[in-house]
Amino acid sequence: MSMEKPARLSVLTQTRQALRMLARDWRSRELSVLITALIIAVSSLTAVAFLTDRVSQAVAQRATESLAGDLRLASTRPISQEYASAASEFGLLAATITSMPSVVFVNEQSNTESVPGSTLAAIRAASDDYPLRGQLKLSDQLLGEEYLASGAPSPGEAWASPRLLTRLDTQVGARLDVGKTTLLISKVLITRPDEGFSFTDFAPSLLINASDLDSTGLIQPGSRVAYRAVFSGTRSAVETFKPVLEGMMEEGEELEDVRDANPQIRSSMDRAERFLNLASLVSVLLAAVAVAMSARRYSHRHRDRVALMKCLGASQRQILYSSLAQILLLALASGAIGAVLGYISHSGLAWLMRDMIQQTLPSPGWAPVGLGLVTAVLILVGFALPDLLQLRKTPPLRVLRHDVAPPPMRYGLSWIAAIGSVLALLLWIAGDTRLVLMIFGGALATLLILALAGWLLVKSLQGFRGAAGIAWRFGLASLARRGRESIAQIVAFGLGIMVLLLLTTVRNELMDTWRASLPENAPNQFMINIQTHEVEGVREFFTDRGLAEPRLSPMVRARMTKINGQEVSEMSFPNPQGRRWAVRDANLTWAAGLRPDNQVLEGSFWSEREPGDELSLESDFAADLGVGLGDVLEFDVAGEPVQGAVTSIRQVEWDSFQPNFFVVFAPGMLDDYPATWITAVFVEESQKRAVLDLMREYPSITAIDLDAILGQVRDVMDKAALAVQAVFVFTLLAGLVVLWAAVQSTRDERRYESAMLRTFGATRSRVLSGVASEFIAIGLLSGVLAAGGASLMAWMFSTQLLELAYNFNPVLWIAGPLFGMAIVGIAGTAATWRVVTRAPVSVLRNA
Amino acid sequence: MEVRRSESLAIVGASGAGKSTLLGLLAGLDVPSSGTVMLNDSELTALDEDGRAALRARNVGFVFQSFHLVPSLTAMENVMLPLELSGHNNPRPAALSALEMVKLDHRVSHYPHQLSGGEKQRVAIARAFVVQPAVLFADEPTGNLDQRTGDTVADLLFRINKESGTTLILVTHDHILAERCDRVLHMDGGRFIDPASGLAA
Repeated sequence: MSMEKPARLSVLTQTRQALRMLARDWRSRELSVLITALIIAVSSLTAVAFLTDRVSQAVAQRATESLAGDLRLASTRPISQEYASAASEFGLLAATITSMPSVVFVNEQSNTESVPGSTLAAIRAASDDYPLRGQLKLSDQLLGEEYLASGAPSPGEAWASPRLLTRLDTQVGARLDVGKTTLLISKVLITRPDEGFSFTDFAPSLLINASDLDSTGLIQPGSRVAYRAVFSGTRSAVETFKPVLEGMMEEGEELEDVRDANPQIRSSMDRAERFLNLASLVSVLLAAVAVAMSARRYSHRHRDRVALMKCLGASQRQILYSSLAQILLLALASGAIGAVLGYISHSGLAWLMRDMIQQTLPSPGWAPVGLGLVTAVLILVGFALPDLLQLRKTPPLRVLRHDVAPPPMRYGLSWIAAIGSVLALLLWIAGDTRLVLMIFGGALATLLILALAGWLLVKSLQGFRGAAGIAWRFGLASLARRGRESIAQIVAFGLGIMVLLLLTTVRNELMDTWRASLPENAPNQFMINIQTHEVEGVREFFTDRGLAEPRLSPMVRARMTKINGQEVSEMSFPNPQGRRWAVRDANLTWAAGLRPDNQVLEGSFWSEREPGDELSLESDFAADLGVGLGDVLEFDVAGEPVQGAVTSIRQVEWDSFQPNFFVVFAPGMLDDYPATWITAVFVEESQKRAVLDLMREYPSITAIDLDAILGQVRDVMDKAALAVQAVFVFTLLAGLVVLWAAVQSTRDERRYESAMLRTFGATRSRVLSGVASEFIAIGLLSGVLAAGGASLMAWMFSTQLLELAYNFNPVLWIAGPLFGMAIVGIAGTAATWRVVTRAPVSVLRNA
Repeated sequence: MEVRRSESLAIVGASGAGKSTLLGLLAGLDVPSSGTVMLNDSELTALDEDGRAALRARNVGFVFQSFHLVPSLTAMENVMLPLELSGHNNPRPAALSALEMVKLDHRVSHYPHQLSGGEKQRVAIARAFVVQPAVLFADEPTGNLDQRTGDTVADLLFRINKESGTTLILVTHDHILAERCDRVLHMDGGRFIDPASGLAA
């Protein structure tokens, strides 16, 4: 009696076997649909990742320029030299900027004709490497040609802002007394990259070399000096250095990175990031759908082979191992090819965008390659493995009786695996749980709704069967008969078309709305220090010249003292930022009504009622302090306590460039305290003269020109918008792959059916028109669903994710169905053409 | 029922008589709800599916009515398949000599769709024979072929049966083919019958 144990083959032998099988399948183009779907998916994904990586690096870099470095340490005490040495150990560059206010005088010898001018200036002493990010804009004389440069002035020289020169009524070449030393004004400093704007930072600036600082003698005990050190280096170096630096920092030192840079730029960046992530996440989901569809087809086609292999003596283990090895090899090979193609396409994209992105893009990291490989494996394992695993259960008896199939799939478990793996993938790519859950929930809901609606539509179609011609009757009949497959196809087509609709119509809308969030006439002049008695005059000044009436807000300096009766100095806060808010000087305002760029999230604003002793807080501010509705905040205003209860929490659009306040009091509560007023207005280039006139009329008013920072924000937006458009091209491709997979999914069945019909005497054209009408009907249904889905998605994206207003777009409802009928009708018929027109005998013989 | 080594046996009957079911049971592709099947001294019914598969790998060859060649594999690769499945290190020479035996050594790199029906069935016979099986099961081996091609295929099967001593069990409703076997069993309604009386045997 012989021992009958399953053959135990070595792992190597089995792997070789699997590889051989795979190579043969590949050669015979058996796998071409699956592999192409996977390659397109991975290449679009990695191209997105490469591009996103580089563009967001570029965008971040642009934002770091507003810090003049990647990290900025601020302190009120001299910054220890140890930080710079530590930075250099990590391969980072360091620079310092020390600022202080001081009155500067035009040196008498250089200006003999008139009384020497003097004014308060913000002195900034920079080390030679400053700025580490971004460049200074200089010119050789007032109103002269502007150019970009780096570095601090040479020792003994100073660069003065145009405003300083105007105030001093002097020119380049003059000598300036700064403290105990005299410096030569050698250039005009138009802008610094780290200009930003803050209410306290408004004196005209004078940039000097750090080595001259000692000789000025300006640093005395008690003088108001702000010390800053900036660091820059490669992304990874910065990331490793940051925690080290944080560990070394002492009390009173604050660290800022890109995230803390200007909130206006940050807000644009966040939107850009969300757009880019959105595009790549949608590509992943589409890819998964396409792979799932073609894997299902692949496994159905392979039942016969598995039955035969088992009949020839293959064990379940062998089949399982072979499936696993094939999947892994397939995933890795497609992932690698996809990553290479992704790299190539992203270089093409970057090249196309070369004029738009003026600076060279930073070189891409390796992460996208890993992403491509992991994605390929996860998608295949998640969506193809369950079907392939089921294959191994194909009874060998199938070789004799073709109707014997593997036990029905328990899709419950396999779908949990698939959904779990995609969810993990999305979380990994986006690193933004809320975004992922929204997209994922949205996609899942969309699929469910599409499936339900598809089912209803297929059901209701049956009523039309008698009413149409023979071709339609045949088409609609097979649509209804295929039931589940039809619904799956409608869902897939609907999904594909929906993405195309979203990308073509809704994208433009979203982009326009996004750009419109920073209008052309965003305020570009910030005016502060307006005295209460000047308010009426300033208003009239603008209206008399036909300019828009400015909206002025009062500003009262205060310090927070108590929250609910407890001293803030003794409190602990949920967020370290809370402590900073609590110890900082606060700018309070009062207002009768809610500003249009503010939105009440909780509670109610007092515009509609007689206000009591109440106040309104900005939402982040409230969250950092850990206060909410009903809490009582007390401030010290000019030595006197003022308190109010929180009755509303507001969300503020910081990128509106309007003056906004964290704390707004009800009218009447701050009336008796000293206030200055501020406003922001838009002044066209041709009317800039008016601002000078205003300043002449009201010398105490300080005007701050925001054009530079507005330009920066627009620049970031434009770059991001372009990248997003380019990235959506790949999402579009992924959508087309889904359509392709959907067309392919019923091809085998159609091949057989049409051969049968033709054998029974149906003419080629009748079979074709039957197929065409079926596809057109599917296209129509998918188009209708897609229009609905796209409208829903557009609404969700704009209101929930991007916080923009939603506009209903009727074009979707016309374009969707028409486009669906056209593309599905043509693509479906074309893909089936060869199948239908082949001589029936060759089809039946190969069955 | 019992089949002796080197015997050739035909199972005949109308469609639905249970011929294919019986063949499936004999080859261990399926298990009976009661009773036992012994193949080459092993009790098939006591083995699990993988055990039966291993037994088939060593002792059994198959030829089917619809050939069941793997469409993505060439003729050579189709013949190599059973050897590869049992971990054979160098299956090519054995596969080539099997193809030579069926006179298809000039078509080794052709895919099934490039072969005629008769050629496909000869590739299938080469594949069945390449493992030197103790038993060769043939399910309607000439059912899809014209008379002349069918005869050639049948000749091949009987030649293997005679020359290699391989037991041949074939299912057919071609009486001429059945008459060439040492023994003919008639089936109807899942039972053996005596064709003369029409009663259950």
